[in-house]
Amino acid sequence: MASLLHQIQHQSVTIAAPLPLDSGQILPSVTIAYQSYGTLAADRANAVLVCHALTGDQYVASDHPATGKPGWWARMVGPGKPIDTDRYFVLCANVLGSCMGSSGPASPDAATGAPLGMHFPVITIADMVRAQAMLLDHLGIDRLHAVVGGSMGGMQALAWTTYYPERLGSAIVIASAARHSAQNIAFHEVGRQAIMADPDWQDGQYYGSRRAPAKGLAVARMAAHITYLSEAGLTEKFGRRLQARDIKSFGFDADFQIESYLRHQGLAFTDRFDANAYLYITRAMDYFDLADAHDGRLAGAFAGAKDVRFTLVSFDTDWLYPTAESRRIVQALQSVGAAASFVELSAPFGHDSFLLDVPALDRLVAGALGSGG
Amino acid sequence: MALRPDLAIIADAVPPGSRALDIGCGDGELMAALRDKGVDARGLEIDPANVTAAIARGQSVVQGDANRDLADYPGDAFDYAILSQTLQTTERPDRVVDELLRIAPRAFVSFPNFAHWRIRLALLWGGRMPVTRLIPVAWYATPNIHHVTVSDFRDLLREKGIAVEAAWYLSGDKPTSDAAASWRAEHAIFLISRR
Repeated sequence: MASLLHQIQHQSVTIAAPLPLDSGQILPSVTIAYQSYGTLAADRANAVLVCHALTGDQYVASDHPATGKPGWWARMVGPGKPIDTDRYFVLCANVLGSCMGSSGPASPDAATGAPLGMHFPVITIADMVRAQAMLLDHLGIDRLHAVVGGSMGGMQALAWTTYYPERLGSAIVIASAARHSAQNIAFHEVGRQAIMADPDWQDGQYYGSRRAPAKGLAVARMAAHITYLSEAGLTEKFGRRLQARDIKSFGFDADFQIESYLRHQGLAFTDRFDANAYLYITRAMDYFDLADAHDGRLAGAFAGAKDVRFTLVSFDTDWLYPTAESRRIVQALQSVGAAASFVELSAPFGHDSFLLDVPALDRLVAGALGSGG
Repeated sequence: MALRPDLAIIADAVPPGSRALDIGCGDGELMAALRDKGVDARGLEIDPANVTAAIARGQSVVQGDANRDLADYPGDAFDYAILSQTLQTTERPDRVVDELLRIAPRAFVSFPNFAHWRIRLALLWGGRMPVTRLIPVAWYATPNIHHVTVSDFRDLLREKGIAVEAAWYLSGDKPTSDAAASWRAEHAIFLISRR
């Protein structure tokens, strides 16, 4: 339940400086929840910012406070791991607009104290990155050894190279894109409509009502979850197998294992995510197009990033952010002479491959981090 | 670990401080030697396992195909383009040479010489496509789709008006003379430039 979710205490800072947003609105102050791992070196040169994906959070290598499950990238971040916390000071901030302690739609209105709901301004990926930069300023970190992210985290990493190239040694961008395609926007719209069609959504003002649009949010998650997997992976894992029965019911129960799996994924998601946050963050992703401000020329976005080392990775079974989107970024980087690495890895898990066991990805991330800065 | 002889020659000849693109860079062996002497080396490689290995050792390598993806680099992006033991695997070697000298004013091109005496003998006496140290794969599985000889390559450069700044010919690991290269060179390395 959303109400339980909002009772969790997160480590956070509130910075009493205004944050001007792409929409033209201004957040008068910003709260950013974050986790850190390892030790900041005396010269402050070993900071690595890990950016999380749409439904991720700052608990990259810590148990999740709502679910108790290990951090979403615990296999990547830790002592002796590819992002080695014995060497690097690893920082992961909850994005602006989220529901895990950063300023978002569940934050209180300064005047009334009531949750802002849909009065929270619409934000962008660039706004998220500006908030992260404010956090770094607050922590006294001028320059990042690297920024690393997959999916929406990769979008933030790319935005970092556009807006703060002088503050970066390298950027590692995994299973991501420099823009949201029409297909990407289409899937997000399905999710948002499912949430807003839920009578419990109540125009976003559900926080005090003891009702929350859990059904709509679960449907949104189910639709999105399909896009994170590959057809081959789904077929291998579920096929047309039936769930806990020998014959079809000729009804609308979850006859098939895949139905049961999706229902479970959808429901479990409502325990750890807020429906309004889902609306805001998917909107931010839809607006994302780094070429926008440069007459549609992506190379323009990287004109200032010649000294940033880029490493891009795509997966051959990812149809949400396919290899062509990474190649488009690589071409733009080559045209400005930036040091770019790119590889398409083979993995069966679709878009979710960046979160799963792909040993080649571990080697790549460790190598790209070691050579950066 | 010692560099392959043709790569050692190229590594010696690229001056420190220059920018080089190694096309078909494998796992980044030459790039590592170039980096050690202060060359800003980048790579292009088709095999993802090689690309992964090169990035893991800290190199900047893009997975791509020399037949298509050289077009993505702007003109004069590098001081040197390097194409070692790859020309004979490209779809249109003549166009690849044009691309090399578009993205850099100078290029190293190295290839196994198909006119080496051992290959000539194998064809003459055996009547079979040769399998040698430098052309180690049987005819049906070889990636070498355009076998080329020293004389062929010289002709191509002449037709295109491309200058030869230097050439090295290797028999085994030893240099052989310019005059005897056609017969005796197993491997040729050219440093070419725009006229």
